[in-house]
Amino acid sequence: MTEETIIAGFGGQGVLSMGMLLAYGGVIENQEVSWMPSYGPEMRGGTANCIVINGDEPISSPIVSRFDSVVAFNQPSLDKFEAAVKPGGLLLYEEEAILNPPTRTDITIIAVPAAKAAIELKNQKVTNLVMLGAFLKAKGIIKPQTAVKALYKVLPERHHKLIPLNEKALKRGAELVRGEITAN
Amino acid sequence: MSEKGTVVAEKASEMDLVYCRPESLLDVRMHYCPGCGHTTTHKILMEVIDQLNIQEETIGVAPVGCAVLAYEYLNVDMHQAAHGRATAVATGIKAVQPDKYVFTYQGDGDLAAIGTAETIHSANRGENFLIIFINNGIYGMTGGQMAPTTPIGEKTATSPYGRDKKTAGAPIDITNLLAQLPGTFYATRQAVHSANAVRKTKKALIKAFEYQKLDKGLCIVEVVSNCPSGWKLTPYESNEWMKEHMMTIYPLGDIKTPSKEDLLS
Amino acid sequence: MSEVLFMKGNEALAEAAIRAGLDAYFGYPITPQSEILEYLTAQIPKRGGVVLQAESEVAAINMIYGAAGAGSRVMTTTSSPGFSLMQEGISYIASAQLPCLLANVVRGGPGLGTIQPSQGDYFQATKGGGHGDYYMIVLAPSTVQEMADFVYLGFDLADKYRTPVMILADGALGQGMEKVTFPDYDPAARKIAKPWATTGKTPDRERNVITSLYLQPEKMEELNLVLQKKYNTIRQNEILWEEYLTDDAEVLFTAFGLAARIVRKTIQLAREKGIKAGLFRPKTVWPFPYKCLNELAHQVDLIQDIELNAGQMVEDVRLGVEGATPVFFHGRMGGMIPTPEEVLEKMEANLATVRGRNGRPKEDVR
Repeated sequence: MTEETIIAGFGGQGVLSMGMLLAYGGVIENQEVSWMPSYGPEMRGGTANCIVINGDEPISSPIVSRFDSVVAFNQPSLDKFEAAVKPGGLLLYEEEAILNPPTRTDITIIAVPAAKAAIELKNQKVTNLVMLGAFLKAKGIIKPQTAVKALYKVLPERHHKLIPLNEKALKRGAELVRGEITAN
Repeated sequence: MSEKGTVVAEKASEMDLVYCRPESLLDVRMHYCPGCGHTTTHKILMEVIDQLNIQEETIGVAPVGCAVLAYEYLNVDMHQAAHGRATAVATGIKAVQPDKYVFTYQGDGDLAAIGTAETIHSANRGENFLIIFINNGIYGMTGGQMAPTTPIGEKTATSPYGRDKKTAGAPIDITNLLAQLPGTFYATRQAVHSANAVRKTKKALIKAFEYQKLDKGLCIVEVVSNCPSGWKLTPYESNEWMKEHMMTIYPLGDIKTPSKEDLLS
Repeated sequence: MSEVLFMKGNEALAEAAIRAGLDAYFGYPITPQSEILEYLTAQIPKRGGVVLQAESEVAAINMIYGAAGAGSRVMTTTSSPGFSLMQEGISYIASAQLPCLLANVVRGGPGLGTIQPSQGDYFQATKGGGHGDYYMIVLAPSTVQEMADFVYLGFDLADKYRTPVMILADGALGQGMEKVTFPDYDPAARKIAKPWATTGKTPDRERNVITSLYLQPEKMEELNLVLQKKYNTIRQNEILWEEYLTDDAEVLFTAFGLAARIVRKTIQLAREKGIKAGLFRPKTVWPFPYKCLNELAHQVDLIQDIELNAGQMVEDVRLGVEGATPVFFHGRMGGMIPTPEEVLEKMEANLATVRGRNGRPKEDVR
């Protein structure tokens, strides 16, 4: 098993930390893992992304250009990475952020109303956790419970009181993805 | 004052010895030109080290310039630094040998031109070592080029029509500049052209080494000095010229001294 | 072995340095390696040692010069423009034969360049870099694990040979996170006597002088001969490299660091298509494993060198191959990274050219 995922959006949307949860989760489940951020000026408000690779063999290249899954938090990211999804792969995006939906027919496409769900949970900052919950429902790379464990690793201790809320957001995300996931 | 000082005094009474080479100054021929202030400064520096009995605890940093070979004469552990970097090297040494006495010995080009950044930031960090700064207003080693401290109008190999303030700026008073920084604990300007001046410089050096024990910050002892070869004067003439042209822009005396509270706290 | 941690390469390097008994670190912030200084300024006050943010890379390397001369285990790290600024100091350190560990987390150049990963400083790292005849031992990590492992190795080699050792990494290895475990290592047990250090002249010895100045050319040549003898010993004893799927390889990739990771993926893709590809990865890029590469060169149809630069290590590859097989180069510059698919495509085109000819051509094709 090797799962190559890119998570992309605006800086501040939590794309790097969503990737880190996926990566730490992999570590907890004894997978081989790499997490590679785009770094630099992007960190200060522009577009940001990270590539996460989870596998059962040592990761060859931590930087790849074709992905099993693309998670897009905004239109520029979707535009940039739609074509990079491998045939049969997954494109999961935040519904409200996208005006022009993807057009590919050889991949699975899931729109997640994550921002709306986060507002219902009274904290827009957990949008990325809703997205992660949805993503893990669609792609069981790690168990949702492992993602909760990973929160303890990724969040600084002063934010651990937010973990129950994050857990709710993960669950909500999973609920938003219904039915069998197959490529159309 | 110290044991070694007493020994010298006893020797003098027993054998009519009125003068001897400081024990920590190696008995080798120096490369300095006749009449140069480096030789006197080297000698009194080592007299002070003997007097304080700190030869074993002292590490010196030699610069690039006329004193590049200072380690050939000073019988303490020495580190020869790249041009301008003596205070950075001293920072590294003092960081890992905090109980040792550390000094740099630098000329005007080394300290106040190419090494300005290291000099200022060492002072600003309040590095707990001593800078001995020989200011003779010229690059002696490389053959008499203009220094950052060269007086206005002075002709050198690279200011053949005299230092022009418009293009070369005014001579920089770096010791005064350093004295403005809170990290500088003691700043004084002395000379070695007369017996009286030598005595005062020696006192300043003793103070500076003793202050190092207090861990209060940077000490700088500037020595306004001569360069008979570079200035193309006899040793005697060079000292007269120095009084007239150097000491007028670099007046001798303490620039920053610690207050009583500084010394007690 | 300690627990499995998940860290950025920069953090792994910094943590390994502390565990390896780092006495003092001097450095100046520059992307993409500032995490090292950040990590150490947070950890060292709690765990002992000296950490100091210098006013420049020039000052930092000269603080290293002083502290290494005073007998301490010292390290500085920087990225490309900062490493250029350090060259004068490194030349002094090599000449004065002082041990220290340096790391260059390379970014795209020349000039201010980019902050993205690059291997454009290979020449500077492996051919001396500063003035005069000297080399550094240069270790090129390819994983976050090696970012840590090479710190221990680097310190030990530096002490063993009294020479600066550098880790030649890149922005991606510094910024990316992977699993890492820190080996059992007792710094006290590795500590060696440094009777030459400036620690204060005790009555039982002559004064110690750290210098690189020998005004008489005869003396300076003598020092140079000592250095060259040392470099030859290092060439004989300290060469490290890795081979991946070379046993049956008909196509050999050569790459170091991050490029070697990309190539490993390419090799998987190539083998899926039935092309028997393998990888030769120098872990020491100085000394370079010329001889071992030469032996492999005779068994393959071509060598495809991949770098994140305009073709720097390929010159050493050609020296090693000695015309035994055609050597092709492909690289990206300025912070761009070739994709595994792109690398495969280049290699396949070159393979077609070579196999389309009668026999194995002897000329070198760029």
